[in-house]
Amino acid sequence: MSVIYILLSVSVVIGVTFFVLFILAVKSGQYDDDYTPSVRMLFEDELVKEEPKPKIKTNKSN
Amino acid sequence: MKNESCFHCGDDCGNHVISFQEKSFCCNGCKTVFEIFNENDLTCYYDLQNSPGAIPKEIEGKYDFLSQENIIEKLTEFRDGSIEVATLYIPHIHCSSCIWILENLNKLNPNISDSQVNFGKKTVRVTYNSDATNLKAVVLLLSSIGYEPYISLDDFNSGKKHINRSLIYKLGVAAFGFGNIMFLSFPEYFEVNEFWLEQYKPFFRWLMFAMSLPIVFYSAQDYFISAYKGLKAKLLNIDVPIALGVAVLFIRSTIEIMFDIGSGFFDSLAGLIFFLLTGKFFQQKTYNFLSFERDYKSYFPIAITKIDNNGHENSIQVYDIEKGDRILIRNEELIPVDGILINGKGKIDYSFVTGESQTISKQSGDKLFAGGKQTNGVIEMEALKSVEQSYLTQLWSNDVFNKNKEDGFTNITNTISKHFTITILTIAAIATTFWLLVDPSKAMNVFTAVLIIACPCAIALSAPFTFGNLLRIFGKKKFYVKNATVIEQLAQINTVIFDKTGTITSNKNSNAEYDGASLSDSENLVLKNSLRGSNHPLSRTLYDILKENNIITLDTFEEHIGKGIEVKHNNLNMKIGSASFVGNPDENAVLNTTVHVSSNDVYKGKFTFYNSYRKGVSKLFNQLKQQFDLVILSGDNEGERENLTKLLPAKTKLIFNQKPEDKLDFIKYHQSEGAKVLMIGDGLNDAGALAQSEVGIAISEDVNVFSPACDAILDASKFEQLFSYISASKSAIKIIKWSFVLSFFYNIIGLYFATTGQLEPVVAAILMPLSSISIVIFTTIATNLLGKRLE
Repeated sequence: MSVIYILLSVSVVIGVTFFVLFILAVKSGQYDDDYTPSVRMLFEDELVKEEPKPKIKTNKSN
Repeated sequence: MKNESCFHCGDDCGNHVISFQEKSFCCNGCKTVFEIFNENDLTCYYDLQNSPGAIPKEIEGKYDFLSQENIIEKLTEFRDGSIEVATLYIPHIHCSSCIWILENLNKLNPNISDSQVNFGKKTVRVTYNSDATNLKAVVLLLSSIGYEPYISLDDFNSGKKHINRSLIYKLGVAAFGFGNIMFLSFPEYFEVNEFWLEQYKPFFRWLMFAMSLPIVFYSAQDYFISAYKGLKAKLLNIDVPIALGVAVLFIRSTIEIMFDIGSGFFDSLAGLIFFLLTGKFFQQKTYNFLSFERDYKSYFPIAITKIDNNGHENSIQVYDIEKGDRILIRNEELIPVDGILINGKGKIDYSFVTGESQTISKQSGDKLFAGGKQTNGVIEMEALKSVEQSYLTQLWSNDVFNKNKEDGFTNITNTISKHFTITILTIAAIATTFWLLVDPSKAMNVFTAVLIIACPCAIALSAPFTFGNLLRIFGKKKFYVKNATVIEQLAQINTVIFDKTGTITSNKNSNAEYDGASLSDSENLVLKNSLRGSNHPLSRTLYDILKENNIITLDTFEEHIGKGIEVKHNNLNMKIGSASFVGNPDENAVLNTTVHVSSNDVYKGKFTFYNSYRKGVSKLFNQLKQQFDLVILSGDNEGERENLTKLLPAKTKLIFNQKPEDKLDFIKYHQSEGAKVLMIGDGLNDAGALAQSEVGIAISEDVNVFSPACDAILDASKFEQLFSYISASKSAIKIIKWSFVLSFFYNIIGLYFATTGQLEPVVAAILMPLSSISIVIFTTIATNLLGKRLE
């Protein structure tokens, strides 16, 4: 019967964990800028793709 | 033929295309930036967006002050050993290319270890090694690639900014509590008498109690504070019934579980506070890239070059300028104090102050006023006053800038709350008396139930959601409103006052009319060609207006500064310029700006410049005249009176020659006679009037760059929509009134349960969220429909 105590404490601990994570996220300033990260995320691909490009360009101009 | 556009900045390249690597550039500046990017493998910049760049500006010597220790100290947010972190505001940030290039600054300068853009705020946070490089080098690097940071006196004063996130924390606490309490109270909603449920009831209940503690004492604390302040000021604001409801809910629930009477209303309590805070959060719409609080400090430089007795140039702080100091003003620099021009040719652009774009020429010995921008090389001046005592900055010592417009304004929710609170307390009293006579055991129950169910959650939510949504809709239509109160005040105005220059006139172009003996073809040809050679702004304007002509080579061309131009072509000798220079026989004082022309010493005639009014001015005034008193309050002379009377409805009052203080006093006087004033202006000279009026709207050609302190910023392209924005604000008030009706309806249902003593926790748990959510849905749909009509 006392399993309910375990279940409840588990559920409350999970709740509190997420709550603490939320507070930490706000505190670190994650919610201050809600636009730039969405753009920045896409740059990683651009950079990888970009690698062969300069070579072609330098061939042309030289 | 269409000209090519610049690969870097997208501007029209005109006749002088600079080609480099098969790409066209409009100027050397743009080409240089491209070269820098090209050398560093950063041409990806151009792949992300077409022509994202800006022309780099002349900056030589402009940032010398950045090597001063005390200024670096103020501008950096972190300094430790060799690491410095500075956040710079860069107005040009506008696209993904900007983010990309600015976050790759380390490729241009390896001593920059990290740079991070905040797009909304248009700032870049640069971390660099201060042993190997310095702030000045970083700023110069940014400027050289067309991203010149904007550093003003404001940065110097404000220091480190503190972000207030308490509302998000409160909302987080309430959401956490709400979710968990709902979950814990679920078993009891069904009232099943199961063994295990009975057994663990107290445990569940005390757990709910524990979770409601932070909600009541942390999340809801603002309501208690506000209610207390309201009562102290003898005001029954909306927070009074809310605080009362929350307190009664909490106390009754605690007593219920203590004596095992029932399960309490912790779920409703948490839900109520969660919804209320959501409303508050929604109403907070901030435009990070705009500032509504700007005064002259945002436009003034931090430091200026002072020339000491030995002729050495020193960079000194603007506040340290004393009377008698000799100051060097470079091209594109702002004059920070009133003074006298000593050396050099002044061509001062006072658009910051007056909104007038035409530059004014100054000779040595002329008086210069603070706020003007030098546009023609270097000048030397002597300060006559310190910064705070200068003509323009003195305006800010007026009390009106310390007043908060929201004080003393009773908003619609608080107006209704007064009646509401009294009604509820009366009902509670009557119902309690009734039950005291019939069944005293139920009396306390009924009394608290009335206060609980009547807690005006729905009423408190209608205004935040309506205004919050409208703020967003307005923002999309380029009408940036500071906060919800402004919309409410906008709905109440009865007088609209316009500034003239820069507000109803457009800064960009003006019209000129020729008046006099007609010019022969050859005279027209020479005129056009001589204007081509002149850099005077009036010449440029006139040149653009005149018909296209062939290009000829002039025999002689002489420009007399402050007077005009003298040219010779074949046998034709023409003079173009001021009346006295040309030899105008009747030299009457003319109010308008004019350029006179003579040919072979025979006076021909003059070009008169007129303001060009914004599109739709006439239409807008005709819409407005039905409901509002209209006034034009101009700092200019009466030269445009005739034009304006023709253009505007007859009842418009026209008042000219108004100094900034006059404008402020004019509004104050009319307010004392009961006028609710909407002031629409653009320059710093309107700042006093904008602050004094009920609602001050600043018109801005470029919302990122310039606007004085105001309540709302309107993009100049949307000027003719002004009337529909005011109408929408009025409709918003109607929507709120309807949602009040809706929430009264819910209250009547709730009160029926409460007064008959049948309020079960489950009824409250259903009724409260239901009323709140339906109010939110109603106001959101209604304001969206309103927004649709705004096109």
